[in-house]
Amino acid sequence: MCGIAGLIHRGKSSNVGGEMTAILQALKHRGPDSTGFAVYGPPNPGDYVMRVKVAEQEDMAKGHGIHDQISERIAEVEKRLEYHGAKVKEKEAATEYALRYIIAHDGDTEKMVRHIEEIDSVEILSMGNGLELIKDLGDAAVVAGAYGLETFQGTHAIGHTRMATESDVDIRSAHPYWAFPYNDVSVVHNGQITNYWIMRREMERKGHRFMSNCDSELLAVYTADNLANGASLEDSLRSSITDIDGVFTYLVATKDQLGMAKDTMAAKPLVLYESDDLIAMASEEVAIRSILPQEIDTYDPYDEEVRVWQA
Amino acid sequence: MAGMSDAQLKEMNQDERAQALGMTTEQLTGRSLLIEFNEAEEERFAYPWAPDVDFNKRTEIDADGMTTTEVGNKLRALMADGYGTIVVKNPRGMHSLGVGILSRLNLIFEGSLGYFAVGLIDGPNVRINGRVGWSCGENMMSGTIVIAKNAGSTFGAAIRGGDLVCKGSVGSRTGIDMKGGTILVGGDTGALSGFMMQRGRMVVCGNAGKNLGDSMYDGTIYVGGEIRSLGVDAVTEKLSDSDKAWLTRKLTQYEMMPEKGVDHFTKIVAGKQLWNYDNLEPTEKKLIL
Repeated sequence: MCGIAGLIHRGKSSNVGGEMTAILQALKHRGPDSTGFAVYGPPNPGDYVMRVKVAEQEDMAKGHGIHDQISERIAEVEKRLEYHGAKVKEKEAATEYALRYIIAHDGDTEKMVRHIEEIDSVEILSMGNGLELIKDLGDAAVVAGAYGLETFQGTHAIGHTRMATESDVDIRSAHPYWAFPYNDVSVVHNGQITNYWIMRREMERKGHRFMSNCDSELLAVYTADNLANGASLEDSLRSSITDIDGVFTYLVATKDQLGMAKDTMAAKPLVLYESDDLIAMASEEVAIRSILPQEIDTYDPYDEEVRVWQA
Repeated sequence: MAGMSDAQLKEMNQDERAQALGMTTEQLTGRSLLIEFNEAEEERFAYPWAPDVDFNKRTEIDADGMTTTEVGNKLRALMADGYGTIVVKNPRGMHSLGVGILSRLNLIFEGSLGYFAVGLIDGPNVRINGRVGWSCGENMMSGTIVIAKNAGSTFGAAIRGGDLVCKGSVGSRTGIDMKGGTILVGGDTGALSGFMMQRGRMVVCGNAGKNLGDSMYDGTIYVGGEIRSLGVDAVTEKLSDSDKAWLTRKLTQYEMMPEKGVDHFTKIVAGKQLWNYDNLEPTEKKLIL
């Protein structure tokens, strides 16, 4: 089933971390397996925020050796950052296996990320000037608490509560997905993609990387491929209606935009609220009401509908 | 069927045989086919266990902080105490509120509801001063539901009777599998509305999405705006005087009458002849629907 949500404040910052936590907690019943956030703070053109995981949560119960392995992987990550000329300005560890770095780097980030991800069990969850992508097992309150998201200030965010269907319950299969190598682009999805393997092979032939077997990751890769070919976010969303087979409603966020697309059958829900200064959307109205308790006007987008909003 | 031989069944007329086979031939006025009402009761109107409520006895529930179950239990307790008009405040998009009410009641929601709002009802008059999510009025058998704002998809799915009214626009698959009753939409409706419709009437004052009336068996759809495309088996038919009279009455009743009247409405009916279905006797049609 899964729950998806997005919100974007026009022309101002807000506590998007706390707001998205409340929204996703209200969608907990749609997906109890994992929760993910892509939150966008004030852009910092000089530095990158890099979110990386060096193990799965379930790995932590696999004996004493895992702690040493994690230390070794972190040391290797930092060695490779240095190799590519990246200077670590800040380092935080929300959990033993998930780290946040602020780095100064003016080289080829794609090359650096590919090199770092060659380390066993290491995945860069996101890289960007404003994007912070956090995902882990547990509900929104648990994940937001562990990663200190409740007071995160930013302009927009997307989020996901996952009910695992076709792939594992782990962090690599949790949403959002980063549209590697496009800094600051993230995707959440509700639905099933039926031409996943055909499209995946096509994307892999073009050189795109897949980190999981979750069909939703395809949407992130597909978006990245379109952006690489010069398409706008709206173009990419619109072409996905015919290119992607299956049932889907998905959201894409960039450094300053939030977009949505709904499949030709309109089989997956989304409720939209729009005002002059805030746009909020979620799989269920009750989630929007968690941050807007007053009476508001909302509506369901129709089949094949594509929308893009600017921060 | 116990104790009945084939010869005995053959001797019976259609109604007798249907009853002997465990089916009922009760008129399809929106009442459940599963409950045997007392023949002697005036109008055969109420369920045997339905509380005797007084419409002039009015009270309120503040749903803020309550669960769906708590609101449902509170509604039933108030009905048992004879309250016939109940106002629910602060529903804030909660799911499954007002479901399964099988007696007369004036129920007013001051705010928006989530999924499965007021489904499986048989009798109450419901007013929702807000919006509803997916599957509002699903399987309703009689009564009225009037929604002031928009509604989500599968609005009135498998409705069997009563009037389901949305003053705003609704999502996709409106009236899917509807088997009776009336659905009125003030605005637009999405794709695949009236899919597998089997009986009843649907009125859309605005535009309709693609594949309208796809695979419909029977029933009638009226659309005031543009139709993106008709589904398989759906065809247009000339609007008759009785159609116009019915549309005028219904739309006036719910204060939804378009300024330009009803002459511009397009009427859609089932175009395909189904051998099994179209050769059924009227009584048999009642039984299977």
